[in-house]
Amino acid sequence: MGIKRGLKVLAASALSLGLLAGCNASGGSGGSGGGSGKVIKIATQTPLSGGSATLGESIKLGAQLALEENKKKFEDLGYKLQLQPYDDQADPKKGVANAQLIGSDKSILGVVGHLNSGVSIPSSEVYEKYKVPMVSPANTATEVTDRGLKTVNRIVARDDFQGPAGADFAINKLGAKKIFVIQDKTAYGTGLADAFKKAAEDAGAEILGYEGITVGEKDFNGVLTQVLSKKPDLVFFGGLYTEGGQLIRQARDKGISIPFMGGDGLDSSTLVEIAGDAVENVYYTSVAADASKTSEGQDFASKYKEKFNKNVESYSAYGYDSMSVLLKGLEAAIKGSDGELPSREKVAEEVRKIQDFQGVVTKVGFDDIGDNKFAKVYIYKFSEPKYPGVQEGEISK
Amino acid sequence: MVAEILQSLPQVLVDGLALGAIYAVIALGYTMVYGILELINFAHGEIFMAGAFIGVAMLILMTGMGWLAAMPAVLALILVLVVTSILTGFMGVGIERMAYRPLRNAPKLITLISAIGVSFLLQDLVRFITEYKRGNYILTGPSMFNEQFAIKFSSISSSFSDAFFKTSTIILIISVVLMMIGLDFFVNKTKWGMAMRAVAQDRETASLMSINVNKIISLTFFIGSALGGATGVLFAVQYGTIDPYIGFILGLKAFTAAVLGGIGNIRGAMAGGIMLGLLEMFAAANLQLLTGGIFGAEYKDVFAFAILIIVLIFKPEGLFGKAVTEKV
Repeated sequence: MGIKRGLKVLAASALSLGLLAGCNASGGSGGSGGGSGKVIKIATQTPLSGGSATLGESIKLGAQLALEENKKKFEDLGYKLQLQPYDDQADPKKGVANAQLIGSDKSILGVVGHLNSGVSIPSSEVYEKYKVPMVSPANTATEVTDRGLKTVNRIVARDDFQGPAGADFAINKLGAKKIFVIQDKTAYGTGLADAFKKAAEDAGAEILGYEGITVGEKDFNGVLTQVLSKKPDLVFFGGLYTEGGQLIRQARDKGISIPFMGGDGLDSSTLVEIAGDAVENVYYTSVAADASKTSEGQDFASKYKEKFNKNVESYSAYGYDSMSVLLKGLEAAIKGSDGELPSREKVAEEVRKIQDFQGVVTKVGFDDIGDNKFAKVYIYKFSEPKYPGVQEGEISK
Repeated sequence: MVAEILQSLPQVLVDGLALGAIYAVIALGYTMVYGILELINFAHGEIFMAGAFIGVAMLILMTGMGWLAAMPAVLALILVLVVTSILTGFMGVGIERMAYRPLRNAPKLITLISAIGVSFLLQDLVRFITEYKRGNYILTGPSMFNEQFAIKFSSISSSFSDAFFKTSTIILIISVVLMMIGLDFFVNKTKWGMAMRAVAQDRETASLMSINVNKIISLTFFIGSALGGATGVLFAVQYGTIDPYIGFILGLKAFTAAVLGGIGNIRGAMAGGIMLGLLEMFAAANLQLLTGGIFGAEYKDVFAFAILIIVLIFKPEGLFGKAVTEKV
C-alpha cells in the first residue's frame, strides 16, 4: 500500500513537472517570435514502410527537394526550414496517431500527405482540429474535400471526374459509339462505371449493356459472350486490375479485339502480368501525369536523380508541387504578418487563397473546398505488354 | 429473344462445359469424403488452390531452367500433373491424419470447425510463401496452350454463331473426363474400390470383414486430394492467374454441385458439377435477355442457386441420390 501511494505521488509530480516544462517551452517560443534562425518544420506523412513504401518514399523525396530549394528564400525571411517525415504505414490508425504528434508540435506549420485516401480522411480530422494546413499529392476520394474542411487541399483530380474524362476520351478521341459497360459491384467499380455511363449517354453514345461480375471469380466468359454477340466498339470496365486482367485476357481469347478502358484501378504492373500480350489496346485513366512528357518534368527528373540517385515515380513530382504550394502559402503568411511567425490558421488561409501557381506537373488553384481547379485526368494506353502505359491524352474540367 | 439465345448457345456450351468440368472434379473430392466419413471437408477447396500453386511454381521453375522449351508442352503438363497430384494427395492424407482422425468420434460439428480451420491455415500459408518469394500473392504462370480455335457452328446453321476456345480448354475437358472415368472404374471394378464402398456403407461391419478402415479412409483422402490438386493445375493453365483465395468460391460452388447431384454419390457429383457450370454460364450470357434487362449477369449465381433450391425441394436427396443405393 505504502509503495503504491509513493508511486502515485511520484507519477503525479513527474506529470506536473512535464506540464511545467511544456509551459516553459511554449512560453519561450512565443516570446522570441520573429527572431532570426527560428525553425519552421513542414511534415510529410506517407507510407515509408510496407507494400506502398516506394510510392510513399517518392512523395517524401519530391517534397524534400522542394523544401531544400526554398531554404535560402526562407533564411532571408529569418526562418530555418526543416522537413519532418512521418511514416503512416498506409494505416489509418498510424496516420491519426502521427497527426496527433504533428498537431502537438507547434513548430510544424504544414503537412504534405497522404498517399492513401483511407488514411487521409481520418488524419485530416485531426489536422483540422489543430488547424494544420494539409496539401495532398495523391488523394482522389471525393470525401477528402467534400467534408469542407478549411485545412484540407489536394492538387490531383477527384475520383468522380475519372469516369466523365474517360467517356470524353472514348467518344471524342476513339470515336466509340456503342459501348458495353462492365463493373465489379464494389463501391469503387460501380461508382466509376456509373459516372462513365452517364457521361457517355449525355455525349450521345449508346450503352449496349451494363453488367456486373463477382470479385474473386476467374471465369468471366458468360459476360464476354454477351459482348461478343452485341459487337460494341469499346468495353469500359469499372474495377481493379485482378479482375480486369482476367477479363481482358479472356476477351482476347474469344477474339474480341476492340479497345478496353478502365480507371486507375487498372493502373498496375500486375495487370500487365496477368493479361500478358492481351493488354494491348487497353486504355486507363490516371490522375498522375507522366512527368517525362514536359521539359519541366525532365528537368525535375534529372534534379531528382542527381540528388537521390533514384528514378522518379508517378507521384514524385506531385510531392514536389504539394510542398511548393504549401511553402508559397507559408511565405505569403509570413509576409502578411510582417515577418512575425504566422499562426497555423493564417497559413491555412493563405494556402487556400492560392489561385494561380505553376508547378512542375500541374497548375494549382484551389476552389472553396480545396480541390484543384486545374487538375486533369490523364489517359494512358498499353500498346505493348509493358508497364506503365504511354500517356495518350489529358482531359481537363 | 430465342434467336439471340440460340446465337450464343455454342459459346455458352463450350465455356459452361469447361467451368462445369472443374466444378465436377472438385465436387468429387467433397462427395467421396462425405460418403465415407459424413464429413464436409471444407479444406478441399484449399487443396485445389494449393495444387494450382504447386503446379504453377513447377512450371515457372521449369521455364527458368529451360526444360519447358526443351520438351513437348503436353509432356511437361503431364509431368506437372502427376507430381502435383502426388503432393496434394499426401497433403490430403496428412490433413486427415492431423486434423480429422483425432476427432473422428467427436460430434460432427467439431470436425467441421477443424476443417474450416485447416482451410484458413492453408490459405494464409500459401499467401505467405508466395508473397515472401515473389512479393505479390497473385501469381501468373507461363502461358501454355494458347492457340485459339473456332468451331464453325455458323456453317451448320446461320442461327448459331461460332464458338471460340483455346487448346487448354480441350486439354482441360479431356483430362477431366479421363479422371472421372478412371475414378468410376476404380471405385466400381477394383478390390480397393469395393473396400471403399464397404466402408462407406458401414464402417464397423467393414472393419469386421478384415478391411483396414483407417487405410481406406487415407486412400479416399489421397484420391480426392490428388484429383483436386490436378484440377488446380488445369485451372491455372486455363485461366492463367491464381491467388490464394480461388479455393473459397470454387469450393463453395463445387460443394453445391455435390449436393445437387446427391452428396455421397460419385456420378451425381460429376453430373451436378457440369450442370452447375452450364447453368451459370447460360445465366451470365442470357439473364438480361430473359428478364428484359431487369436482372443482369451479376445475378447468375442467384439463378443457378434458385434452380438448386427447386431441385432440392422436389428431390431432397439430390438428382442421383436414390438411383444408386451405395455411396462412396
